[in-house]
Amino acid sequence: MGPSADSGAKMARFEAVVLPHFDAAYNLARWMTRSASDAEDVTQEAMLRAFRFFDTFRGENGRVWLLTIVRNTCLTWIRRHLPQQNSAEFDERLHTDLQASPTPESEYLRQATAEQVRRAIEHLPPEFREVVLMRDLEQLSYKEIATVTQSPLGTVMSRISRARSMLRKLIAAERRSEVKQHD
Amino acid sequence: MTNHSQHNLLHAYLDDELDLVRSMELEDHLVECGDCAHEVASYRALRERVWTDNLRYQAPASFRLRLLKEIREQENSDKQKVSVRARLPWWSWVVAAACLLLAATTFVLDFQQHRERNLMSEIVADHVRSLMAAHLTDVLNSDQHTVKPWFTGKLDFGPEVRDLSSDNFDLLGGRLEYIDGHGAAAIVYLRHEHVVNVFMWPSPGSDQEPQIMARQGFNLIEWKQAGMYYCAVSDLNQEELSELSATLRR
Repeated sequence: MGPSADSGAKMARFEAVVLPHFDAAYNLARWMTRSASDAEDVTQEAMLRAFRFFDTFRGENGRVWLLTIVRNTCLTWIRRHLPQQNSAEFDERLHTDLQASPTPESEYLRQATAEQVRRAIEHLPPEFREVVLMRDLEQLSYKEIATVTQSPLGTVMSRISRARSMLRKLIAAERRSEVKQHD
Repeated sequence: MTNHSQHNLLHAYLDDELDLVRSMELEDHLVECGDCAHEVASYRALRERVWTDNLRYQAPASFRLRLLKEIREQENSDKQKVSVRARLPWWSWVVAAACLLLAATTFVLDFQQHRERNLMSEIVADHVRSLMAAHLTDVLNSDQHTVKPWFTGKLDFGPEVRDLSSDNFDLLGGRLEYIDGHGAAAIVYLRHEHVVNVFMWPSPGSDQEPQIMARQGFNLIEWKQAGMYYCAVSDLNQEELSELSATLRR
């Protein structure tokens, strides 16, 4: 067995352990960059990096390992391309008069279209958007999210809590702005 | 638990992240506290909306193929970086030399031939790579009913996958390829230790009879049938390879 057998084995192992999570990687990159072409760039960079550093993989969870790399690549990309990404958008939306509306948020939630839910998630600031995606779309456990985001479990818990509370408000805001347009 | 300011716990409860004792305490609290019960119901609805609205993005098949190719190329260049001599068997130099010779020859030929030959050498190179890089199959299965559906969603056509074991060609599996600028399926068969790659992709135009060629010590046979282009490549002799194409065209 020479070195060529080793590298063939590396490719085979990479395909078995990492490639099955390609869709999760793309989905996360697509949501975080909010653009189809940027998502491809980020996913490609992350996958190539994963392949290069695959020797450091110690047989943990392949999905968590890959998503950690994808998330770091996304954050670098966001810092470079969207330095002020949507914190401003979000504040503006939240400061619209929430109390003035007689309709409860859960009512808006029932009426919202899938498109409105999608837009609301896009308007979450990145650090809150990612936990909603990982928990509610990828079904990662809190512990797995803590590994991917390299943060303590308590932080994950409070981020998820805040993210969902923001999301509920954002969906209500989406709904209300539609209702206003129809008036 | 009577402290309903602990909002984080409501989410951990919803997400099944609380231990049994805490869950029970929280459930007791929910019975007494309408506000918290309402919050839990509302957030449960929110979570279900996000889950059921099918908000996942699917990567385009073409991107997937491009990426796979990119990774394989990186793998090949990694191999060469470490030690070209150690990693490549002696005959790969023969293949490389043959490629060079072919490229040189191709250069002086007219354009149409040039393109055709390029395609053939791309197919041969793919075949060689599939043998060298321990990447013969993406889906390793001898059951045609497993191999064919595997391609669904990865290519924009359904490749022909047949059980030819009664004709002494054993189905090994299938693989995604990117040839001549588009996605292709490679179906892998085995006859007495000889690997056959059958490449295929949609190609408009009328049917074409099989044509046999030899390139770099490999035999190739290409044909067109029902809007699909096929090319089988192997180190099998031409008679046996013709047998395979005849069987596939039946």
